[in-house]
Amino acid sequence: MATEPPARRAFPARTLIFMGLAYLAAIFFLLPYVEMIIAALRPRDQLLDRDYLPSHFNWHSFIDIWGTGFGHALRISLEVAGGATVLVLIVAIPAAYYTARHRFRGRNAFMLLVLVTQMFQPTAMLVGLYREFLEFGMLNTVSALILVNAGFNMAFAVWILNAYVSAIPAELEEAAFIDGSSRIGALFRITLPLALPGIVTALIFTFISAWNEFIVALTLTTSAATEPLTVALNAYIGQYQVDWSHLFAGSVIATLPVIVLFALIEGKVVGGLTAGSIK
Amino acid sequence: MSASRLRATRFAPLLWVGPAVALIAIVVLWPVIIMIRTAFQHISPDGFILGWAGWRNFHYLWQEPDLSGILVRTVVWVVVVVAATMVISLAMAQLFNQKFPGRRLARWALIAPWAASVMMTSIVFRWALDANNGVINVFLYDIGLLHRFNSDASDWLGSPATAFPWMMAVAVFVSIPFATYALLAGLQGIPSDVYEAARVDGAGAWRTYRSITLPLLRPAFVVALLINVINVFNSFPIIWEMTRGGPGHQTSTTTTFMYQLKQSYIGESAAMSLVNFALVMIVVLLYLRVTARRGGEG
Repeated sequence: MATEPPARRAFPARTLIFMGLAYLAAIFFLLPYVEMIIAALRPRDQLLDRDYLPSHFNWHSFIDIWGTGFGHALRISLEVAGGATVLVLIVAIPAAYYTARHRFRGRNAFMLLVLVTQMFQPTAMLVGLYREFLEFGMLNTVSALILVNAGFNMAFAVWILNAYVSAIPAELEEAAFIDGSSRIGALFRITLPLALPGIVTALIFTFISAWNEFIVALTLTTSAATEPLTVALNAYIGQYQVDWSHLFAGSVIATLPVIVLFALIEGKVVGGLTAGSIK
Repeated sequence: MSASRLRATRFAPLLWVGPAVALIAIVVLWPVIIMIRTAFQHISPDGFILGWAGWRNFHYLWQEPDLSGILVRTVVWVVVVVAATMVISLAMAQLFNQKFPGRRLARWALIAPWAASVMMTSIVFRWALDANNGVINVFLYDIGLLHRFNSDASDWLGSPATAFPWMMAVAVFVSIPFATYALLAGLQGIPSDVYEAARVDGAGAWRTYRSITLPLLRPAFVVALLINVINVFNSFPIIWEMTRGGPGHQTSTTTTFMYQLKQSYIGESAAMSLVNFALVMIVVLLYLRVTARRGGEG
């Protein structure tokens, strides 16, 4: 508990114990990703060895994976995650701004709708999504994946941007009106720059969610031409044999940037995910 | 204000909020309607609609010999994974709420399973549990808990009795970061003067935790719990990547079973989805109730 230290000793025993436990926990949670890297760097003739580390590391998988169609899947993932992020910002910014600044009929209904969307996951309505995009003729399209990922991640962006805009005094915008700025002008020149941390958080969060999304992509794509990374990596898992080297090289390339990106917004994510319940 | 101007103001909300509503309608509301429709349709395995099926899809679903096992397993999956996650996360949140050098770095390591794709994390565990040379088996061998590689004892994922607990462990592993962070945010919201008062009254550490921390942490706990219930119930990649629900359907939950039915019996799969959806709905309503009550207090 947050008690004051009795004297100014550098490291009381308590602190040392907590520190040790916390470091152990931290290492424990990193282990699978360390093993992912080790497995990716393992020479292929040592894939069956019973040891923790191979005799030496080998970068081959990271080089020849580009000849296995990995680059194409990477590009699809970038298109899906990038497209979903842009779409989320386009629809969430005006909605978050307007609901933060105005009380109007249907506002509460809208907020409730957003909250419910956040609680739902595409998994629960997979069959509906599949039949819908089949009827639209949109199976195996990047746009279908962009739409679904944007739809299910929009709530987070609405909450977090709503909170940021609410915290910016409306007087700042009114001052801009007096200076002859239009509402849109004030939004772009005053409000959005001040809400930038919120926008960046929403942007990174949406990108990562869409990047990691698996079951919708698995359902809506059936050809390698439109499979994003999460689905395409499964091609290295054969019925009888698994190409572990490429599987893990691909996983490392797909995972490490995301962990770093997530660390940037780490402190704000819980707020966005539980905002609906706290407001 | 002219009539047209008035109309413009009345329709202004639609202009700003409309795109978001449209997106929700296309991606969330319409699929639900189609899913309900599909549950009552007779659709051939190659996708042709052969007419209405009435309640037949539900009837087939109830007749599935594996269904009762799958339902029981789903309950076990959700209850055990969420309970373990919340208990461990309570301790973790307490630990990471302490002040110590390198706390930021330690917290950062904790988010890795949250940031990484669950599908890829599951594949690492599948690899680490390999019966021949998985690193978990190598470790168990080294500490004397495993005696032979390529044996039944080392083939954790080969038998449902050991595969399912391992998959639950992976589910707990990937659920802890969010729950810990949510509880950590709750802990940091507790004003320090409350603790000050308890200290003045001479309350011990355990008593302070039980009478002050836990009650004040309740709102954050309930929110984290309900979000976790939904996430864990909908969890698909862990079971899919580690056992595909097999052997047979002996490690399936209703979510993976729904996916497998979809491959050939989409009507029955839609019926399963509706059952799943109804369960999710119940949790969402609970969540909304908790939210509304707290909103009323505030």
